[in-house]
Amino acid sequence: MSDNVENMENREFNYAEDDLICVEHLEKKFTTYSKEVHAVNDVSVTVKRGEIIAIIGPSGSGKSTFLRCLNLLEVPTAGKVIVEGVDITDKSVDIDKHRQKMGMVFQQFNLFPHLTVMENITLAPIRVKKLSKEEAEQKALELLERVGLKDRAQSYPRQLSGGQQQRIAIVRALAMEPDIMLFDEPTSALDPEMVGEVLDVMRSLANTGMTMVVVTHEMGFAREVASRVLFMDEGKIAEQGAPADVFDHPQNERTISFLSKVL
Amino acid sequence: MWNNFGKQLYDNIIANDRWLMYLEGLGNTVIMTLCAAVIGIIIGMLVAICKVNAKESRNPLMKVLNVICDIYLTVIRGTPMMVQLLIFAWVIFTSVPISQLLWVGILAFGINSGAYAAEIIRSGIQAVNKGQMEAGRSLGMSKGLTMRKIILPQAVKNILPALGNEAITLLKETSISCYLAITDITYVATMIRSRTFSPVPLLTIAVIYLAIVMLMTFGLRKLERRLSKSER
Repeated sequence: MSDNVENMENREFNYAEDDLICVEHLEKKFTTYSKEVHAVNDVSVTVKRGEIIAIIGPSGSGKSTFLRCLNLLEVPTAGKVIVEGVDITDKSVDIDKHRQKMGMVFQQFNLFPHLTVMENITLAPIRVKKLSKEEAEQKALELLERVGLKDRAQSYPRQLSGGQQQRIAIVRALAMEPDIMLFDEPTSALDPEMVGEVLDVMRSLANTGMTMVVVTHEMGFAREVASRVLFMDEGKIAEQGAPADVFDHPQNERTISFLSKVL
Repeated sequence: MWNNFGKQLYDNIIANDRWLMYLEGLGNTVIMTLCAAVIGIIIGMLVAICKVNAKESRNPLMKVLNVICDIYLTVIRGTPMMVQLLIFAWVIFTSVPISQLLWVGILAFGINSGAYAAEIIRSGIQAVNKGQMEAGRSLGMSKGLTMRKIILPQAVKNILPALGNEAITLLKETSISCYLAITDITYVATMIRSRTFSPVPLLTIAVIYLAIVMLMTFGLRKLERRLSKSER
């Protein structure tokens, strides 16, 4: 993208240099039979480059739906999601282009079971970024080394433990060299003894300066790694701030009651 | 009827080079099955993808296509194969010479089996975890690419047994093409029987059909085992 185009778009949305994602009045309604559910209700948030945002809150509070709206896996019913100056909710935007820059890690890993670990990682770089097979595999091996799974490159997902699968899923997303990583409860489907290895990978990723948005129930991780914590309740951000403030001096009644149950 | 069974075998299979007739009929049966299966799978794939996409699409063209697919599925699955075959030959393709009716048969069987294949493939696609499509899309892959590289390979594995069954049904069903005087193996048997009045021709082709089906079952099982290597 040329600088001029970017500048024009910046002006249009008052987009500051280091704002990576600007969410404006985001709304997501589901209609199931006669009941209307307001999963995300008028949420506005800005994510700055390098920030690590932890989203916490009770189940059903809209955390995951909000996260999935950020890369349009869930299409918002109203509001804007401005990524690097472009409103991706605009129908004329090529969403595939933007998703390449937004890695996502799922609760259920969602590795491709019919492909080897190596093929899982290199499929998108080869097909979408048009890297050569050698380049993509070289890069994949470097990333696998970083998460300590270099020797599992030729395994199939089913042969790996949950923790290993999730680490591979993180590598798969990183192989696209994203500007931001979205994590949707990455440790919730793991056996307790495997949570640590995945959090370690995420922690080291945070140390490299990657921008991250993490929906999580790991309060310890949120407190230690996040630069900002959002507490969501009933589709709204009820409270946000530095981890120390939110965890130690929560202001909102719901935050207090939630934290008293989980801490 | 069962007197001199050995002589009857000889008369009905070997004498007058009759085995050559069986061979010719077998050839036509196999050609008809293979071509119809290919047509069926292509139609089935298109209809299945169309129906899977139409569910979430707001595109009016998709809605129209979806209705056309529904009509196709309803009509084909709601009428007997035999009637469809006769309509193809004596109502639609009336100008096709009798010697070329094999191709009309292929088309009729292909269109018929496409309807069944479509439902099998659709269920196979929908059985793939929704997270697979999301994972593909989240990596920036297009819907089509994700379909080709992620969803369909997994769907094929799911549906192989059912699709194999459909192929076996198709093979056996081609026997009704003898009503169009297409010289498939069943037609050959009835012709020889009309000369010899022996039970041998029909028993012979029964054995041949059975042999082919067993061969197909064996091949399918091997294929399934190869495709499931990622599960071990």
